Amino acid sequence: MSAIDRLFETLRAEKRKALMPFITAGDPDLDFTADLLKQLDACGCSLCELGIPYSDPIADGPVIQASYTRALDRKTHLADIFEMTRRIAPTLSMPIVSMVSYAIVFRRGIASFVAEAQAAGIAGAIVPDLPVEEAEPLAEVCRREDFSLIQLVAPTTPRERAIRIAESSTGFLYYVSVAGITGERTRLPADLAENVAWLRARTSLPICIGFGISQPEHVRQLAPVADGLIVGSAIVRRIAQADRQPRDQVLAQIADYIRQLLGALES
Amino acid sequence: MTESMTHPGGQTGQVPDALGRFGPFGGRYVPETLVAALDQLQAEYRSAVEDPLFHATLDELLRDFVGRPSPLYHAKRLSEHCGGAQIWLKREDVNHTGAHKINNTLGQALLTLRMGKQRVIAETGAGQHGVATATACAHFGLPCVVYMGEEDVRRQAPNVFNMKLMGAEVRPVTTGSRTLRDAINEAMRDWMSSVETTHYILGSVVGPHPFPMIVRDFQAVIGREARQQCLARLGRLPNSVVACVGGGSNAAGMFSAFIADGQVELVGVEAGGRSAKPGDHSASLTFGSPGVLHGSFSYVMQDEDGQTGQVHSLSAGLDYPGVGPEHSFWKDTGRVQYLPCGDEAALEAFDLVARNEGILSALETAHALAQAIQLAASRPKDQIILVCLSGRGDKDAAEIARLRQTAM
Repeated sequence: MSAIDRLFETLRAEKRKALMPFITAGDPDLDFTADLLKQLDACGCSLCELGIPYSDPIADGPVIQASYTRALDRKTHLADIFEMTRRIAPTLSMPIVSMVSYAIVFRRGIASFVAEAQAAGIAGAIVPDLPVEEAEPLAEVCRREDFSLIQLVAPTTPRERAIRIAESSTGFLYYVSVAGITGERTRLPADLAENVAWLRARTSLPICIGFGISQPEHVRQLAPVADGLIVGSAIVRRIAQADRQPRDQVLAQIADYIRQLLGALES
Repeated sequence: MTESMTHPGGQTGQVPDALGRFGPFGGRYVPETLVAALDQLQAEYRSAVEDPLFHATLDELLRDFVGRPSPLYHAKRLSEHCGGAQIWLKREDVNHTGAHKINNTLGQALLTLRMGKQRVIAETGAGQHGVATATACAHFGLPCVVYMGEEDVRRQAPNVFNMKLMGAEVRPVTTGSRTLRDAINEAMRDWMSSVETTHYILGSVVGPHPFPMIVRDFQAVIGREARQQCLARLGRLPNSVVACVGGGSNAAGMFSAFIADGQVELVGVEAGGRSAKPGDHSASLTFGSPGVLHGSFSYVMQDEDGQTGQVHSLSAGLDYPGVGPEHSFWKDTGRVQYLPCGDEAALEAFDLVARNEGILSALETAHALAQAIQLAASRPKDQIILVCLSGRGDKDAAEIARLRQTAM
């Protein structure tokens, strides 16, 4: 049972839902990322997705692309990210899951990546460019090492395929809300809640919804059907201010925003 | 069982497998959002391959609209200049739109119509694929958006204008290195949001399965014709076949017909750029390592973390950090030899062919010509070297003038 499995077991027992921020490792630098992780944990986030910057993120919109570019321009290397989480993870109550391209996992070597990530206190991975047909070599290592491999279902996924993906995913299932790239949306698809509910009736795996979620209203609307909600670009857009404004101020602004979302989650 | 339209056969034939693997290379490393569209494309292609009407329609277009078969031409003065083997050129430069790219875009435009999709997007580097896509879309009345790196918009301005004349929208890409790699990223991102109504006409043998197979099959007409022309005109197969490799579509189309002819030497020429230092060239097969880029597992220029490396070539069409997975397979099986050719050598070959043959070749093609010229000089006169003259050089005239003023 990974830290993510334990998290959702507790949340379900307490009838609570997870708020899961996404942040980029190394934007604007790893010291800020470490402070932000502590801040998000202190606010009461359930889990944090830590984006490993990648040079060619085809699933990401302009906000996260720019964030990855800033992190890579500062020479943020995987080893440095792991070094930072090794220090910080033991001080947090929320688990960290990495969002990482398969290009990076493969380059490290599958077994090495999983071993190093685990040693660095990371509980699992979301690999957005690794569909279920290609996932087995990584999934096998993840199962053996009890490292969660969170798979994704998209609005374009046929229903029988969605069930197959749910069966092979561990930790939770990432439900992509819109056919498109990451980024804030004012409105989410009308049939989203219905589609998630359909899948929920067919898997015991926790389902978390991501892509496009940015407003307290989205959170209120989707919390009843999901186990958790993922917010990325809306936070990363605020992180982008950290180069221009005092860092304490940026951390405080993000904390305010997170509290608004948490308030909506509990209402 | 192979799913492809052509059956290369031989020891490296019968690829890819059902998951799009050429040996270990290829596959499909894309966001889940795109998987359904790739499945649909694969299914549609499979049904098209079985449909005689599809073949008849495509053959007619290739004949009447493109002007196929393209000639096989004996470059006599160039061969004399080299003083060795005879150089023969497969003239893809005389195709409508001036390059081999049209072979693929017409095929994929037909698939677009079969799938009932109403919009087309494409990426382009040198602009040849963009022009060929805009042309196919104008022919069929499909709206077309072409993503092109800002740096390439600058150095291939005539092609940008041509695309616009045919009604395509050209969107300059300002992220990353502002070249082909970033244009592919942006096209993929567009497709993520438009996948249900839009077909992405990918221009090379790269990307997720089934693109490397489909593009190779549509380009295989180059090799099929060239092989038949050699047999008919010369009574034998060439000793060597040379083609340039960026993503590798003209080379894949040319080589696929000769793969089973074990006695025919196959040579792919990559962009060696300014030097062998990382960042100075685009020779992924020569200097890269296996990794994942743009949805496929293949040789790629990358750093120790798996971040895509910076690359350079004076030729926009070769300025790409990856390569088609089938080329990686051919490299590792030893069936094809891949060599780099530097910027300077390519420019020299461009001049030599211009002055000795009256042909302005594309700068991409000039890399293959440089290698062929070198090879010809070292081989006996009764040998035949076949070169895929993949495109014409009008688009490069302004860039060559600029390079001469600043660097020469």
